[in-house]
Amino acid sequence: MKAIETLGLTKRYGAKTAVDGLNLEIERGELFALLGVNGAGKTTTIKMISGLTKPTGGDARILGYSIVSEPIRVKERINVSPQETATAPNLTVRENLELIAGIYGESRERSRRKAEEMISAFGLGEFAHVRSKTLSGGLMRRLSIAMALISEPEVLFLDEPTLGLDVIARRELWAAIEKLKGRVTMILTTHYMEEAEALSDRVGVMAGGRLKAVGTAGELTERTKAKNFEDAFIALAEGEG
Amino acid sequence: MKTMVFASRNAKEILRDFLNLAFGIGFPLIVLLLLSAIQANVPVELFTIGRLAPGIAVFGLSFVSLFSGMLIAKDRTSSFMLRLFTSPMQPRDFIFGYVLPLLPMAVAQTAVCFAAAIALGLPVDVHILYSIAAIFPAAVLFIAIGLLCGSLFNDKQVGGVCGALLTNVSAWLSGTWFDLNLVGGGFKKVADALPFVHAVDAGRAALAGDWSSLWPNLWWVMGYAAVILAIAVAVFRRKMNGDVK
Repeated sequence: MKAIETLGLTKRYGAKTAVDGLNLEIERGELFALLGVNGAGKTTTIKMISGLTKPTGGDARILGYSIVSEPIRVKERINVSPQETATAPNLTVRENLELIAGIYGESRERSRRKAEEMISAFGLGEFAHVRSKTLSGGLMRRLSIAMALISEPEVLFLDEPTLGLDVIARRELWAAIEKLKGRVTMILTTHYMEEAEALSDRVGVMAGGRLKAVGTAGELTERTKAKNFEDAFIALAEGEG
Repeated sequence: MKTMVFASRNAKEILRDFLNLAFGIGFPLIVLLLLSAIQANVPVELFTIGRLAPGIAVFGLSFVSLFSGMLIAKDRTSSFMLRLFTSPMQPRDFIFGYVLPLLPMAVAQTAVCFAAAIALGLPVDVHILYSIAAIFPAAVLFIAIGLLCGSLFNDKQVGGVCGALLTNVSAWLSGTWFDLNLVGGGFKKVADALPFVHAVDAGRAALAGDWSSLWPNLWWVMGYAAVILAIAVAVFRRKMNGDVK
């Protein structure tokens, strides 16, 4: 069974088609980078697959469950690390983690234990009692990903996970994401080509609501005869590839 | 379980905001002290502690609308809500999660107001508990107004609607600050049509043991609370679905 399988997934807003009959398969444990310029349709795709937006056509199966007819079963198995600050500001790091564990149905005791595990895994011990609104950008992003992982999702959506981070914080986060590869299926959206190239097993390039190409970063570079992956992306996004 | 976890988070968010405590408890107490001081120097029937305490308690509840409205509006417009919307939480978890922690807070706020009134000379007897109970439907009403405003507006707009408009309207039209009969005319008719004066009069009647005056006022408040809560829940659910479409 595929981790994610979209079947003619479509989203229209009035006369505008944001996503046009998307067919995509992502294997379990794969890190798949979904790339595209602004307005390409990648955010809408992620919103549909994660249950934030209902498709106007087609369907997607997450671990075999339909996003249209079984959204709660899907939501129990996924989690999201949104692009912007997505923590409860007046709660501490530990409380934020326990909150998410509880919302995903864990008992109080298990929530505490899992929060401790996440605090340790993400090096947040020093800040466990600090309210999240006072954290730096890098620590906030680390907490955000820890909150996404505490529910032990089988599928994780990472929306611009390193946006606005300095190079050291970015590398630390890359290392944390690398550790998850093979265990958790991840869909990454990013505007940083080197990030997609470094982290992903495969890349999908969207433009005009359609999936233009899928392959490894190396395959896409070779296919477009580009000098590097960034040039390959530009060629594909502009429809030259 | 999910509801209680979310309710606990909401309680912490509200109680850890210093401005909420300052306005919710501090401001009504200052007003109570000020008007009691006026009463001590220039005795006015309206400002006797038995009439003043229920009025200030109801006025204080208007800040509960502000807290709840701000919290919901901030959540709705942040990525935090996006995270919650992708979780297995159901609409009922959100609605009860927001409403449940506010009920004990509203009762506690009313109790603090009466405790201050006791310090200012209100006789201690069981009628105080009856008055707190009689004000409870007004607490539900103000919480419902907060839920409605938080569902409709962003946090800045909630600040204007609940923080400025509601606190003023509910104060002027409550009969706490001045006798509505002295103004009369259309102003009194509007006040009588709205629930605020009835909420205060229900609290006063319970405190005075005047049961015949209690129920007509209480039904008026309960009717408003039920209707606005139903509208707030419907709007919240609609907006929640709208936000994810």
